[in-house]
Amino acid sequence: MARKLGQLLALLFSVSICGAVTIPGPVSDAHRSAASELFDGSFSSLEDAYEALRVFEILAVGNKPDVSAATCQKVVENLGPSSLVKDLFYALKVNSILKCKVNGGVFKDVASRLKAAVNDASTLVDMYYSIGSLVLTKDQASDVDVLLTDADGTFHSIKALSQSDGRWRYSSDNPESSTYAAGLALEALAGVVSLASSEIDQSRVNTVKNDILKLFDSIEKYDDGTFYFDEKFVGGREHQGSLSTTSSVVRGVTAFAAVTSGKINVCWDKILGLAKFFLGIGIPGDAKDFFNQVESLALLENNRQLYGDISLFFFFLFIDTLISSSTPANLSNTMYLGFLLVVTCCQNPVLMSENSVRVTTVFGSAAPPLTVNLVRAVRTDAKDSAIIENKELQYDKKNGIHVLEVFPDNADVGAYVFVFEIVLDEPAGEKVYATGGQIHVPIFVTGIIKVSNAEIAVVDSDLGSVENQKTLDLAGNDVVSFSANHLQKLRFSFQLTTPHGHTFKPHQAFFNLRHETKREHIFVVGNTGKKFEIILDFLGLVEKFYYLSGRYDIELTVGDAAMENSFLRPLGHVDLDLPEAPEKVARLPPLPVDPYSRYGPKAEITHLFRAPEKRPPQKLSLTFLSLTLLPFIGFLVGVLRLGVNLKNFPSSAVPATYAILFHLGVAAVLLLYVLFWLKLDLFTTLKTLGLLGAFLMFVGHRILSHLASTSSKLKSA
Amino acid sequence: MARSSSKDAQDLFRALWSAYAATPTNLKIIDLYVLFAVFTALIQVVYMALVGSFPFNSFLSGVLSCVGTAVLAVCLRIQVNKENKEFKDLAPERAFADFVLCNLVLHLVIMNFLG
Repeated sequence: MARKLGQLLALLFSVSICGAVTIPGPVSDAHRSAASELFDGSFSSLEDAYEALRVFEILAVGNKPDVSAATCQKVVENLGPSSLVKDLFYALKVNSILKCKVNGGVFKDVASRLKAAVNDASTLVDMYYSIGSLVLTKDQASDVDVLLTDADGTFHSIKALSQSDGRWRYSSDNPESSTYAAGLALEALAGVVSLASSEIDQSRVNTVKNDILKLFDSIEKYDDGTFYFDEKFVGGREHQGSLSTTSSVVRGVTAFAAVTSGKINVCWDKILGLAKFFLGIGIPGDAKDFFNQVESLALLENNRQLYGDISLFFFFLFIDTLISSSTPANLSNTMYLGFLLVVTCCQNPVLMSENSVRVTTVFGSAAPPLTVNLVRAVRTDAKDSAIIENKELQYDKKNGIHVLEVFPDNADVGAYVFVFEIVLDEPAGEKVYATGGQIHVPIFVTGIIKVSNAEIAVVDSDLGSVENQKTLDLAGNDVVSFSANHLQKLRFSFQLTTPHGHTFKPHQAFFNLRHETKREHIFVVGNTGKKFEIILDFLGLVEKFYYLSGRYDIELTVGDAAMENSFLRPLGHVDLDLPEAPEKVARLPPLPVDPYSRYGPKAEITHLFRAPEKRPPQKLSLTFLSLTLLPFIGFLVGVLRLGVNLKNFPSSAVPATYAILFHLGVAAVLLLYVLFWLKLDLFTTLKTLGLLGAFLMFVGHRILSHLASTSSKLKSA
Repeated sequence: MARSSSKDAQDLFRALWSAYAATPTNLKIIDLYVLFAVFTALIQVVYMALVGSFPFNSFLSGVLSCVGTAVLAVCLRIQVNKENKEFKDLAPERAFADFVLCNLVLHLVIMNFLG
């Protein structure tokens, strides 16, 4: 009875752990409800309408909004003669799902328009839309002639844009190659092959197959076996993220595989890695991402030509939390791994009473009859000895899960790896389904770790004598308080034991001292053999503690993934008496600032303006101004007294004008200088001065030469 | 003794004054102009001594304009003086034209520096 109760409790406990771990699940009802929310019926374009309808179609969503009337109207509008090829493409795509009532003649016009467009198209995107539209027209109106007369030429012009690494360019004048474009090109080529009136040369098809293989060579991967495609040149004009690029490639490759006979030998683990990539996204929040994910998974699931003779149906193996049946040690699941494993966490806790595994396809539907074998289970640190070998899981038909009945008793707390294998019951199924090799799943066996023999003491460093020793019961709530000075040491030790009695080494064992000023010092507790011990020699730590005396709070942290009772426990406090900081010691480093305070208001900056110079009182300045004019008056008076006269002023007209102009010119220059001081700038002044100067030179020369000739005449006469 | 020295000073002054009276009028005008310029400079220096040299550039440009124009006037006087053998061949009008031109350039610079 107690055992059963313990099991049930452990069950519930493990269920809670399982909820915390995020594992990619198969497409489930959560996906469907998210789809109904995301695609809510308000479509801004036919592209969005198509994405929504296709998602609803693949996921078989029940309550989808009914928008057929409005959308069909848009479709009919866009099938008219004036629409762009891109709109035509999406209109036809929507029509293939909604099957609106369209006039037969419309398709004929559309087909002839498209055939002309195919011939005129120069860029990859144009060719993609026009050929795609022709293929859709062929499916929707079987009587219309859509076959391409020059299929070889179209094939060649698309192929001409391919690059040597399997990527494609968007047009002949754009040197950037793109993986997304490769996906578009492959779909377009598939369309050409299906629309060719005469058979395309097989050697050309083979070159395209080689291109696909080269493209797959450039696939990128994550460490857990997820494969995806990404663009090499980031930030190009047409840059798409890794999800769009990968789904474009999947669309292209599956379309091409569908129209060609024979196989394209892509490594199957790459295909599985691609499926993992799409599932690993979980439930996307963006409509386009959602569409890309769901459509790519559907295409991968249904495509048979990609890998040799075997088509791939993806199986998703779910591993639930495992519970030990005997001891309180629990197994908690970690993450899903292996290629087709999707872990669902138990919807119904009562069912998952023991280790259980659920196998489904990617969209959650049932798998064919098969058996799940646990090949071996080993501890990660003791890989040689397995605790379980070759155990078959029992199939519980009612719930559709495979159960591991008995868990070995000698499994101690720690990390394990479980290796599973799927074996199909019907050998003929091998041709239809692919299961793949061994699936490694890391599992943690958790348990309660016993902490015992905790002792804390203050030791005198010279003599080694223990001044003050206390034992602590870490399970309880006791705390200790000590006082120590810098000449002493603090010693703390404890032991950790697993339920099976072995010593346990946790991932984290930290001893933390925090001062009143909130400065923390963290030390790692090391272990020697059975005991964990730390000795803090305060003499060496004085500088590290910044010479701060006072009360330090002690905390102990012990934690591990396999430890169910990881703890962070305050142990009490120690009053440290450290010596004074010497003068040379650098200032205390500042306390870590609250990182959000940097967004708060900053300190006010007060500007210190240069104090203006003291100016003299205005009256004094004006007095001196008038004083400055005095010498000038004195000059005028003196000159008059000397008998200055204008007798030499020329009397005849022409020289007189020159004389007047000369004086005016000089006055003008002086006036210019005054204006320059008042408001003009140097350049204007220089310009004007140049003009005035030239004038002045001319006039001055005339008058002065006249005067000179007059006086020389007088002299000679 | 004092009486004789003061009388000597007076005699010296009178002799200088009478000798000066003999100079031609145009030279006297130039001399007057130089005196005017120097006095103006002196007044500016006194002002600066009183109130401090805060806009120093203004003070400099004021003083230098006076000094500069005085110097140019002295050059004019040298060139125009008939007793000066060196400049016998130079027409006084030409010297005057140089004087005017140099003054204009000086005053442009001064005005720029005045601020």
